[in-house]
Amino acid sequence: MKTNDKISRREFLKRLGAGAAVTSAALATGCTPKRATTAAQNEVPDEGMTYRTNPTSGDRVSLLGFGMMRLPMTAAREGGKGDETIDQERVNELVDYALAHGVNYFDTSPAYCRGLSERATGTALKRHPRDRYFVATKLSNFAPETWSRAASMRMYRNSFSELQVDYIDYLLLHGIGMGGMKALRGRYLDNGMLDFLVEERKAGRIRNLGFSYHGDVEVFDYLLSQHDKYQWDFVQIQLNYLDWKYAKQINPRNTDAEYLYGELAKRGIPAVIMEPLLGGRLSNVPDNIVARLKQREPERSVASWAFRFAGSFPDVLTVLSGMKVMEHLQDNLRTYSPLQPLADEEFEFLQQTATLMMQYETVPCNDCKYCMPCPYGLDIPAILLHYNKCLNEGDIIDNPQDSAYRRARRAYLVGYDRSVPKLRQANRCIGCNQCSPHCPQGIDIPHELRRIDAYVERLKRNK
Amino acid sequence: MSIMLRKIRILLAVLFFAAVTLLFLDFTGTLHAWLGWTARVQFLPALLALNVGVVAVLVGLTLLFGRLYCSIICPLGVMQDVVAWFGGRGKKRKYRYAYSPAKNRLRYVVLAIFVVALAAGVGSVVALLAPYSAYGRIATNLFAPFYRWGNNLLAWFAERVDSYAFYSADVWLRSLPTFLIAAATFVLLVVLAWRNGRTYCNTICPVGTILGFVSRHSLFRPVIDTAKCNGCKLCSRRCKAACIDAENHIIDYSRCVACMDCIDTCAHGAIRYARRKKEAAFDATPDTVADVSRRHFLTGAALLAGAAAAKAQEKKVDGGLAVLLDKKVPHRATPIVPPGAQGLWHIARHCTGCQLCVSACPNGVLRPSTDLRMLMQPESSYERGYCRPECTECSEVCPAGAIHRITPEEKSDIRIGHAVWIRENCIPLTDGVSCGNCARYCPTGAIQMIPSDAANPDAPMIPVVNEARCIGCGACENLCPARPFSAIYVEGYREHLTI
Repeated sequence: MKTNDKISRREFLKRLGAGAAVTSAALATGCTPKRATTAAQNEVPDEGMTYRTNPTSGDRVSLLGFGMMRLPMTAAREGGKGDETIDQERVNELVDYALAHGVNYFDTSPAYCRGLSERATGTALKRHPRDRYFVATKLSNFAPETWSRAASMRMYRNSFSELQVDYIDYLLLHGIGMGGMKALRGRYLDNGMLDFLVEERKAGRIRNLGFSYHGDVEVFDYLLSQHDKYQWDFVQIQLNYLDWKYAKQINPRNTDAEYLYGELAKRGIPAVIMEPLLGGRLSNVPDNIVARLKQREPERSVASWAFRFAGSFPDVLTVLSGMKVMEHLQDNLRTYSPLQPLADEEFEFLQQTATLMMQYETVPCNDCKYCMPCPYGLDIPAILLHYNKCLNEGDIIDNPQDSAYRRARRAYLVGYDRSVPKLRQANRCIGCNQCSPHCPQGIDIPHELRRIDAYVERLKRNK
Repeated sequence: MSIMLRKIRILLAVLFFAAVTLLFLDFTGTLHAWLGWTARVQFLPALLALNVGVVAVLVGLTLLFGRLYCSIICPLGVMQDVVAWFGGRGKKRKYRYAYSPAKNRLRYVVLAIFVVALAAGVGSVVALLAPYSAYGRIATNLFAPFYRWGNNLLAWFAERVDSYAFYSADVWLRSLPTFLIAAATFVLLVVLAWRNGRTYCNTICPVGTILGFVSRHSLFRPVIDTAKCNGCKLCSRRCKAACIDAENHIIDYSRCVACMDCIDTCAHGAIRYARRKKEAAFDATPDTVADVSRRHFLTGAALLAGAAAAKAQEKKVDGGLAVLLDKKVPHRATPIVPPGAQGLWHIARHCTGCQLCVSACPNGVLRPSTDLRMLMQPESSYERGYCRPECTECSEVCPAGAIHRITPEEKSDIRIGHAVWIRENCIPLTDGVSCGNCARYCPTGAIQMIPSDAANPDAPMIPVVNEARCIGCGACENLCPARPFSAIYVEGYREHLTI
């Protein structure tokens, strides 16, 4: 009852405020009240970005960080051969716009976008003064052949030349936790790379040293227990309103963000947030969730809730978003210029929303493409995303007697062939399982592909 | 009234032509339920299907009204009329034909070759000469690609507006020899029809020759009223069948296709479509010459190429798609024909090579054979897809009884071949990863995975085929990750078996 009371009071105040604004606007424009030709929500604020200060380096970092993992490509994926290159002009435009609107943190990696991201990031940033931005990159870890000290050095040095910088603001050990303690030792400890990086920080070539974490929590706990030794300047974690309490439930191999953030806050280590939107899964949600969110804030985007959630934690340094199109960037700028922190009651509301979302069997794929390329040619994220899309649109119907079955069947099968070439569909998966270890979400990819293909096979057979 | 006859003929011909053509263009598997009969009433398919009713009706129709079949039902005849119509635009061109005597020797020789080939089961010769088959090839090879490209354009737009009304269809060359034959036939017919109208129908076409025997005795026929004729000979110059000897006021009814053009042309009303008055005696004994000329065709596919499997790429960065080699056709000792075809002997005797099954196959399995004995008749191969358990399209469209109608339940029991394993290509042995896709997708459970080394249960698992349960559907071959040659492929059976 008390909550209800609160809502109505809040709503009342808001309406009052909105009413006052309209009245004053009408007064300002003249005697006759005019209808607004465009909604206020379409305006992108030029200033007012919320900044957070890094306690160790004093960096004043924009709450919105630019993730360079998903960049605009020269051709769409549909029917593509996977050999598209990054559309540098569009990247430049996005980066320029972001900087002009107060974004100053850019996060890349030697592995992103088939290894093309670092160079594109460097090219775009080089056109701006070096003190205007912070650049983050990683010592990546995918192929065991890059684990030797010599190969690691090459990767590290190469980042400087790709980014065209002589110091790196934020350097991360990439994806610790994937492969457990064994991978951590093999990749960063036994070869002395972590000690080397600490030395590099002393020398000023790395201004902040941290790590990004996915997977085995033992590794996370271990590295934090060594905080006194390594003095982590920041740690990058996956945090959003679904993973806050449900990450472990979604996949037992993962850890709830509540724990991860709590551990960092306890030690005063600033958190950089990745996957605040789960690769778009928190902006592309089932219709009833959309209705629920829009009922609260009809003029705000669905995505804005996810960004407000991630930004509301005081020890969050920046929230990374991969913004492939200008509209996403603008929407995020609206959310964070300035951030309107979640009220306790809104936080509770999002937790309930997450509980509702857990009823849907969406595959937790964020389209990061770490699983790719599949050696047998499958387009894994495209298969999973098509399934999720149909699930969100209510097009997963297994019963041929259902009145919507025929339409849903056609939508699934026709859309499937459009999104994924036949030779790259789920029935081509041989189950070699080379992909799963790379998945930061810990998805059992062959298992999910089998499940989806079994569904496709049923659709095909039951006309 | 007489003038209406031509209009009615044209209207019916256009409807029939559109229906048969659509049958060949449709790839959605929906139209044949409505229009399939237009293929089944074609003379030769009905004859090969031993469809006595249809043959009797067609003979009866001809006996009553002359070769209306050739003017209305036969799509190849109507196609020639369309070409001739374009060729005849302009006052001078309209009256460009002239009477010529019947080339009976040629007609009977071709008919004899045809009958011999039919009796001997040489399907390729039958398919080459039969008018409906020739049209089917032209429609499938020359018209269908444009239809599909048009559809794909619509699908492209539909995709952009998030509509599922249209979906994209593959356009691919199923067999080069058949395509070349279709193209050559088309060019030849266009030239002949453009210049001389129905030359093919009255010299080569065996169906035309057979129906000509009957139409000589037809009850209704165009008749010249010598009292009204002023000898202008316009009728003769308008006759695309070149069968009106205006000088002598004689019409060769074995060649007349009852198109009614002459009736329409005669300004004096001297030609009427009327009941026969008296019998004109004809004595025609066909010369039998059985010298089957042979043709040699280049088979398009060079089959033997080194089996270089695409080696798995090691992951260093994220994103991108592995390059996939196209699958190549394996060398099969015995060709595979679709379930319902009963076996090579049955299809060879009944198939007219019309390509209807080929154009109807939604899985990219059927294509015209390049084998000389079975040229243009369908055979299965699994590079683009496999013979899916729920699909019986080819058996539903076949007008000639070459592929018998079967249900999906019956299909699951028909063994058209069996899978053969090729050790050298098998991924668990070459790449050292687990696979088992062939066993996973086998609809009859005929494949099981066993350790490659009997002494070591942890050795890489390889497939073994229980031939007795394999139906030869090709799921294993198609879904095998080895490229360009699969590590498991299907060998056809000469005669199909049931489980």
